[in-house]
Formats: sequence, C-alpha cells, structure tokens
Amino acid sequence: MTENSERRVVSVIVVNEASVLSRITDLFSGRGYNITSLTVAPIPDSKYSRLTIVTSGSVRVIEQITKQLHKLIPVLKVYEHADLVEKEMALVKFPITENISDINAICEAYNGKIVNVGNDVIITMVADEPKRIDHYLEAIKRYNPKEIVRSGAVALER
Amino acid sequence: MQISGAQMVIEALIAEGVDTIFGYPGGAIMNVYDEIYKQDGFQHILTRHEQAAVHAAEGYSKASGKVGVALITSGPGFTNAVTGLADAYMDSIPLVVISGQVPMSLIGTDAFQEIDAVGISRPCTKHNYLVTDAADLARVLKEAFYIAASGRPGPVHVDIPKDVTAQIAEFDYSKPVEIETYKPNVVGNPRQIKKAIEAIANSKRPLFYLGGGIINSNAAYQVRELVKKTGIPAVETFMARGTLSYDDELLISMLGMHGSYAANMAMSETDMVIALGARFDDRVTGKLSEFAKNAGVIHVDIDPASISKLVNADFPIVGDVKNVVEQMLEKCSEIDPDNYESWRETINNFDELHPLTFHEDTDRIKPQWVVKRVGELLGDSANISTDVGQHQMWSAQFYPFSRPRQWISSGGLGTMGFGFPAAIGVKAAAPDKVSINITGDGSILMNIQELMTAVEKKLPVINIILNNNYLGMVRQWQTLFYDKRHSETDLSVQPDFVKVSEAFGGIGYRVTTKEEFDIALKESVEKNVVSIIDVVVERLENVMPMVPAGGSLFNMMLLEKKEK
Repeated sequence: MTENSERRVVSVIVVNEASVLSRITDLFSGRGYNITSLTVAPIPDSKYSRLTIVTSGSVRVIEQITKQLHKLIPVLKVYEHADLVEKEMALVKFPITENISDINAICEAYNGKIVNVGNDVIITMVADEPKRIDHYLEAIKRYNPKEIVRSGAVALER
Repeated sequence: MQISGAQMVIEALIAEGVDTIFGYPGGAIMNVYDEIYKQDGFQHILTRHEQAAVHAAEGYSKASGKVGVALITSGPGFTNAVTGLADAYMDSIPLVVISGQVPMSLIGTDAFQEIDAVGISRPCTKHNYLVTDAADLARVLKEAFYIAASGRPGPVHVDIPKDVTAQIAEFDYSKPVEIETYKPNVVGNPRQIKKAIEAIANSKRPLFYLGGGIINSNAAYQVRELVKKTGIPAVETFMARGTLSYDDELLISMLGMHGSYAANMAMSETDMVIALGARFDDRVTGKLSEFAKNAGVIHVDIDPASISKLVNADFPIVGDVKNVVEQMLEKCSEIDPDNYESWRETINNFDELHPLTFHEDTDRIKPQWVVKRVGELLGDSANISTDVGQHQMWSAQFYPFSRPRQWISSGGLGTMGFGFPAAIGVKAAAPDKVSINITGDGSILMNIQELMTAVEKKLPVINIILNNNYLGMVRQWQTLFYDKRHSETDLSVQPDFVKVSEAFGGIGYRVTTKEEFDIALKESVEKNVVSIIDVVVERLENVMPMVPAGGSLFNMMLLEKKEK
C-alpha cells in the first residue's frame, strides 16, 4: 500500500478491570499497528479508565484501529480526534553546574519551571504540545541534560 | 442459593440448555469433574486429547447451531486446547471453553501445571475471563454464553482457579446479561438497504458473494429466497457451502484459490458485488487490486471491522445477515430478474468453457471420484467434515451440498487434525445423519487417537482417507512452484490403517477399486460402527483449477483439456 502514514491521537474509554491494558496493547502488536505513546489513568468517580494512544498509519489502518478497538468487549468508546487540545509533560535532570537561570527561562517559555533542586542536580518540568516538547528538548541539549522522561500525550476534543 | 464454584459450572451449563460437553480431566479442574460425576443434566464425552475436545465442540456447534462447550485442565491441558480456540476464532464458531487453573495463592509462582492461560488465549478468543471469586461465576458464565453466540460469534475462554471451584458463594443465574460496553448492532440501516437495492436494480451484472456468516446466522433459507426472487447468480465461499443447494440454477460454484473458472470469472466481470456475511479473505480475493475491479461493493456483515478492511465498501451495511436479508426481501420487487438474462448466459458460457471437473485417466481411483461417489450414495443423508489439504478442496468442489450445516471444515486456520474430532461432535449433535470425515493420509494421523473416543461413545464416524502417500497439498505446491523438489512430503511409510482401526475396536477397509469402495461405504453405513476406509488414490493428482497465491482470480491455472 502506498497510502500516506499520518500521526493520529486515539482516546479509548475502557472498563477499569484486570488485563484490559494488555488487551489493547496485544491488539496493536498482533495486528502490526504502531504505538508512539500510550497513557492511561482512571476516570475520576467512574469504573472506567481513559487511554490516550498516539499512533500512525494510513486512513485505512486508522479506521481499522478504531474498529478493532471497539470490538474489544471492555471498550466503551473510541474517539479518533480531529480537533483537539493535546498536552505532554517532560521531566529533565540537569547538572547543578549548568546555567540555571538560562534553563529556567527556557522552561518558562514552555509552560514549565524548576521543580526540584538537589546537591548535584536540578529537575525541570514542562507541559506543552508534543511538538513543542520536541523543540524544548532540542533547545536544552546544550545544557547537558542527564536524564529525560516524557509522559506521552493526553488529549481532549475541543 | 449457596453452592460451590464447581456446582455453579454444572448449574450454569444446565441453565444454558447444554446437552453435551467434551473434555478431559486433570488436577486443577477436578472439583468440576467431581460434580460432573454426580449430575445427569448433560452428557460428557471424554476425548483422548484436549485439542480434540475443542474440535469436537466446534463440530457439535457447527452441526447444531448451538454453543459448543469444552472442559479442560490447566497447563498442558489448556495449551493443547489453544489450537482449537484459534480455529474457532478464525471461523467464528461460538464456544465456551472452561479451563482449570492453579489455586489463586499459587498463581504467579510457576506452580505445577501453571501457565498464564488468559494471556495465551487473549489473541485467539473473542473474550476471556480469569474468575477470581466464585461470587462472579454466574455472571461470568452467563456473559460467556451470551458473548460467544451474539454479534459475530466466537470462542470465549473462562479460566477458573481450583480454589474458586471449591469456594461456596451465592448463585443466581436469573439476572439478565448487562454488558454496557458490548451491544452488537443486528438490524441493518433501512436507508442504506434502500440505497443498496437501488444500486442492484441499476446494475447490469450483479453477483451474490455468499459467506459463512449466512450459515452462522441461520439465514440460508432467506438467502435462497432472495437469490430466487432477484434472479441474480451467486458464488459461495468455502465457508458458505450448503447455503444454496448444489442443484440451484443460480449457484455458480465456490470461488477463490480453488474455485471454479466460472465463479472466479463472474467475480472478475461483475459490476456489483453483493457480499453477504463474507470477509474478502485472501484465499477468496487473490490479488486485491485486481479483485472485482470494476464493481461497486455492497457489504453486509455483523462485524463493522470486516467492512472496508480489505475491499472498500460503497454500501456498508452493519447487521445480522438474516435481518438484513429479510429487510432486503421486503424491497427486492424493485429488482427485475429479466434484466440479468444475458449476464446469466455469459456465466453459463464460462462454465461450459472450463467446467469444474476431472479426468478419469489413470488406473488408480481419482480422489475427486471418491468425493462425488460419496455424494451420489449418501447425498443429503450425510454431514461432511474434512481435515485440511487436497482432500478438503476436492470435498468443497465436488460434494453435492444440499443444506446449511452439512459442511464442517476448518477454513480460516486450516487445522490438520480437525476433521475426525469435529465429525465426532457432528455425530453427537446430529445422530440421524451419517457423519463422514473425508481426510488425507497426513491429516488423519494428527488426531488418530480419537478412534478410542468414537468407539467408546458409539459415535460411528466414517473416515474416508484419500490416500496418495503424500502430504498432497504441499506436494502440489512443491511440484508447481518449487521445481518438483518434494521436500519431506513423501508419506510412503504408513501404518496399516485397517489394523489401526481394528485395534481400537472399529472396522477398516483398504480400497483400490471403485467396486470395493462402494462395498466399503455401504457396509460402514449399515454396520453403524466407527470405520476407516483407506482409499488408494492417484498419487500426483493436483487440485485444479488454481489461482496461484497472490495472483488474480481471472488468471487461473486450468485443468488440461482432454479429447473424449
């Protein structure tokens, strides 16, 4: 198939029960679909959890993904987002010897700040659109980040 | 009422109207077997292998239309059953398979006969459960039966730890099933159906593409009516054999890799494919980009994920094919059968050009003759199960199927060893019909131990081995595509199948002539005991016609023409 592969965000509402997450991930691996990132947490005051899956594929593949997800018994709803607010968080550890005020300024530009200061390292947190997180991680390269962790995206329809 | 988990299993099966289950006991499921000993609500058929238990349950389900039930133990008992689960999943057969598991306190400790059963069955079942509290059992078992039989049917696996089967809890099976997240759509959208009918009425060369979903939803007789009223020719998939009767004038034949020339040409020339409960499998479509290239597609299926998965549907209709066909029947007077006169003639010409046939040009019996002969002698009075390989394709091509649920074969997974245990289940479900297993000399050895089950339970399956001393289908591909390098497919070294059958308490015949075959089959039917008829057939016969894998339907390898 020569169809173009597109990045897509799919939200899945599932019954919060044992092994439900492996049902979802097994489906992706078994059918050869991509998972770029996956986040999951319970929906407050309900028996459901919400997964946000960033995936990619042709229009046909994305349609199959939503249909196959829907076929799983514990899946209540599948949203394939078109118009959405999407955010991701990143934590980064820097040596305390780096220029902290520069780092702080960059973090502020990406909705973030320094959240922890230790003897040898500081930890920063930013929360922004996934693409801007990419830019942020590019921008802080020169400050010798020691560890980086990204949360994966969460999203809501506008 | 307060009862044990094991008693709950029995009560649930009885409440579901189950009359026969298949299984094999072992450590983790012993509490349930203890209750089976005490009850008389249903019969238990002890197979001699867990894989056979599940295949027998499949055969039972396919012949009866009911949910098949199998009961097995943990660890190797479960892993042996996995092939059966996968087979049922691929062919959408409703099953409830209950397995024992090590006690809850031992789960995760690598205990004796422990395996992560629900982890293994997840990708090859419609749904599965690990029951951790006996108080959930009534709900879980009721859901299992409901999920297995509703929507697109499939196997459901219920894994029950040993301590849960011993646990006493409240049991109430009267509560209706309430699964908020599972509501299959069974009625077709009337507007879509109206549009589809209009599209058919405006088409010049429409074609019904009938799939196994019709059998599953018990819609064959409605489909027969629709075909008759519209005068539109029909092709059947392998899974749909028996939907139309073999003598229906509008039935072209089976299509696909070993479908007839006329069926595949009709599919290539049609301008409107009407797919009913079919899923555009690769063995049906051949090369996708060339499949029904100039046709619109109406696709009726209970499973939305089957629609536009491989071939884009112009008129998608999600619903139970029985309901949708009934809805179509109400509107089909718009379709004028006379419009398709020349189209039907075109198809007849295709069939006359390259009919589905074979040449009787060798001293040895031709395997196709055996299938045809069984059809002539038994016809409607037999149910036909098969294993997998050449004999299976010849059975699908040449048996005169006259009714739905007469044809029981492993289509999607292609499981060698399916036929004999399935035929045992078929006989248990339909004792009034002769249960035939047409098999090969390769396949029969994959579940030969079931001779013991059939003899013990007096389920007189007649196994007809089309014996060419080859793993024939693989040999055929080696001949055609691997320059005749017959790697590991020569099965010249064989047991004496007659003695094998006799050793288990059955009867056996070695057949080399047509006369001997007639006698062997007649005697087997009359004696009504388990039988093996070992038919020595032409060794190098190929299944023809054939669409090579990945080729287009209209580019078939054809049977060579012979002067009469």
